[in-house]
Amino acid sequence: MTAFATQHLADPVFRAQANFRALMDALSRPGTIQRLVVDEDAGDIDVDLAAIALTLIDHETSLWLSPSLADDHKVREWLAFATGAPLVDAPERAAFALVAEADPLPDHRAFGQGTQEYPDRSTTIVKACGGLTHGPRLACSGPGIKASATVAPAGLGPNFVERWAENRALFPRGVDLILCAGGAVMGMPRTLTIKRLEV
Amino acid sequence: MTGEPFYNFAYLDEQTKRMIRRAILKAIAIPGYQVPFASREMPMPYGWGTGGVQVTAAIIGRDDVLKVIDQGADDTTNAVSIRAFFQKVTNVAVTTDTGAATIIQTRHRIPEHPLIDGQIIVYQVPIPEPLRFLEPRETETRTMHALEEYGLMHVKLYEDIARHGEIATTYAYPVKVEGRYVMDPSPTPKFDNPKMHMSPALQLFGAGRERRIYAIPPYSDVVSLDFDDHPFTVQRFDKPCALCGGDDVYLDEVIMDDRGTRMFVCSDTAHCDGRRSEGHVGKQAAVEEARR
Ligand SMILES: [Zn+2]
Repeated sequence: MTAFATQHLADPVFRAQANFRALMDALSRPGTIQRLVVDEDAGDIDVDLAAIALTLIDHETSLWLSPSLADDHKVREWLAFATGAPLVDAPERAAFALVAEADPLPDHRAFGQGTQEYPDRSTTIVKACGGLTHGPRLACSGPGIKASATVAPAGLGPNFVERWAENRALFPRGVDLILCAGGAVMGMPRTLTIKRLEV
Repeated sequence: MTGEPFYNFAYLDEQTKRMIRRAILKAIAIPGYQVPFASREMPMPYGWGTGGVQVTAAIIGRDDVLKVIDQGADDTTNAVSIRAFFQKVTNVAVTTDTGAATIIQTRHRIPEHPLIDGQIIVYQVPIPEPLRFLEPRETETRTMHALEEYGLMHVKLYEDIARHGEIATTYAYPVKVEGRYVMDPSPTPKFDNPKMHMSPALQLFGAGRERRIYAIPPYSDVVSLDFDDHPFTVQRFDKPCALCGGDDVYLDEVIMDDRGTRMFVCSDTAHCDGRRSEGHVGKQAAVEEARR
């Protein structure tokens, strides 16, 4: 038996792996909802945002925080301790942006879009939502979806579909969006085409 | 980071895994685009597929079932070594059965057994840049991808037709992903190209020495480049597999005995074994049976 089998030491390693696979599944199969492994004692931050931050963010990734996160020194301290990520004020310089449920989804144009040569140098926005299933119904199509998928995340704002169409039109540039709520996650890669479904 | 174990699951340290994982997510979001990543030294030479090994190491979990193939076979030195490496550093279950695997790491083939939703295939890529042989400068190829300027590639393929009467490229045959990026499918035979189109599996590509990761999400449009007057076609084989009688499979010519008897057999050994255990018998297998 090698040392990595030792349960208590290995836990963060396996949690990060499980959460990465949830994120990878979410972004490669848009329209599906994936479970996160959250730690209820993560700190003074939304547990879903915490789980995703611990999986993807570290000292190599610049981080932008939405106002209610940025204004909370406990949140900033926890993120600095847990990830070491340098905080940036300019959203266009952020590799990742964390957006609290209380804050609106900012305009995608404020963030890094990448360049035509390096479209990967763009911001990934992680947004905590009120829920992933009871918002306005949206029809999604694109890579990762066999025909089409219906999703209903809450709290993306009234102009989201129009703004997303602008983001889609920038391809291969553009932002990618990760939505989380209640220990679950949904991915919206820049390739996704989103249409509003009539109510 | 503190609190991380000294011996790491899947060999890579957590910082490296996060870096590779971030590159994988970008690759998924930009299908066919080669994402640069800081490739690490692995305990095997570059020619052994260190890019694919790093991708697998970054994604694999305790519940995964791993299959490793090289040229379609599970039992070549390269496949055996990589499988043993992952058994040692992850203790995951391994299989030769394509249908039972959650992750398939491959060099030079896509299994004959259709991949299904939820599976991940990881390709070992020696040279990720499809335009490399036409334009050696990375700054130039990057600009060509940025501008979607793929005329040179079409010229190259058309020169093939002028010289040989057909497109002579039979492996690493370039594809266009989701109508945007021209991509190298790695040195798989062009026979396998149609399997990439609308595959239910997630396809990840890792090039270690060249430090690139790219991806095709499930259900993505993958088109082999061709011309209206010379449409893309796959290799056809005159005879079925000599061992299992299978047709519509990719065959390798092998020497069967010390008298130099040659025959064509499945390159996908697990597929061939599976068919034979189901009772399918090819011509040579029937001859051997009669001799006994
Ligand atoms: Zn066979």
